Amino acid sequence: MNNMISLIFITIGILFNLLGCIGIIRLPDTYNRLQAATKCVTLGCCSILIGVCFHFGFSDAGVKALVAIPILFFTSTVAAHALIRGTYHFGIKLGKKSVKDDYKDAVK
Amino acid sequence: MRYVTVFILSLIFWLLLTFKITVPNIIVGSVASLICALIFTRFFIHNIYKLIQPHRYFWFLIYLVVFIWECIKANFDVAYRVLHPAMPIRPGIVKVKTTLKSELARTLLANSITMTPGTISVDIIGDYLYIHWIYVRSEDPEVYTSMITGAFEKYIKKIIE
Amino acid sequence: MSEYLNILLYIQIGLSGICLYRIIRGPTIPDRMVGIDIFGILVVGICAIISIQTERSFILDIGIAWIILSFIGTLTLAKYLTGKKLNE
Repeated sequence: MNNMISLIFITIGILFNLLGCIGIIRLPDTYNRLQAATKCVTLGCCSILIGVCFHFGFSDAGVKALVAIPILFFTSTVAAHALIRGTYHFGIKLGKKSVKDDYKDAVK
Repeated sequence: MRYVTVFILSLIFWLLLTFKITVPNIIVGSVASLICALIFTRFFIHNIYKLIQPHRYFWFLIYLVVFIWECIKANFDVAYRVLHPAMPIRPGIVKVKTTLKSELARTLLANSITMTPGTISVDIIGDYLYIHWIYVRSEDPEVYTSMITGAFEKYIKKIIE
Repeated sequence: MSEYLNILLYIQIGLSGICLYRIIRGPTIPDRMVGIDIFGILVVGICAIISIQTERSFILDIGIAWIILSFIGTLTLAKYLTGKKLNE
């Protein structure tokens, strides 16, 4: 029973990862790619880790998988934030479809 | 007192990671936690008595439920935009005012905004958050402020401040 | 059951191959860095699936260490992009 639940969670996680990777290929500019990829891949890997936790139950591996989830959330969001700020300061323009840019005045 | 709190928290974290209670393990963990406490206490919260007030944990649980729901919604939003043949995107960077004051609360708010549908936080300057939005739904500052921060700001204020 | 897990593992490795495509082909430097960041997160998923297959728990330790190292690497690259020193 636990094996079935863990397989379901892992399958959902890999579907989310697949969506993130399609986003990294299809979307037109760096900002949108980072946006899609960070959200989908982070939640997908968290779902895989929950599946691992169900598989091992309350043992050392299960608790390790649970501890890894908050670490993964905080590191990936902070890394995405640093990366998008670096991209803007590096001089990459927003994509052609963009409608609004309030940050331009603040940087100068 | 703050040093002792950081030491105990890091020792608990070490024991969760290794998950075995023997004497050599606890000695190694104590040395590592002591080094962590000496270096990182200046980044810890200043009023440690906030850690033992139970109503903050209650609001934290409600915040967690709201946050996970928004996360799942964000993934289906991304799926719709990525798989749609015409790719309905309309990106832009908007400026949002926040009423939170402490550093930890602002960090938590920025992290929550990064995981919610279509938004990612770029920078904080003064009281303003700069947000990259994949589909700018409205041009009115009042409307989009309540759209972006409205779901989280009241809970974070109750948890931390 | 174990064949199904094998298939999932191969799909996950193929997804990290897609990130390699973005790292190699990316038109600008920030595009490559996005690829590196996402690649680091996908490897954690691979470690988790292998830890189920082999029933060993130390592979999850490798995963946790990989998260933190990839985080530090991404922060350093982002600091390089903004053109600032590491202590600012």
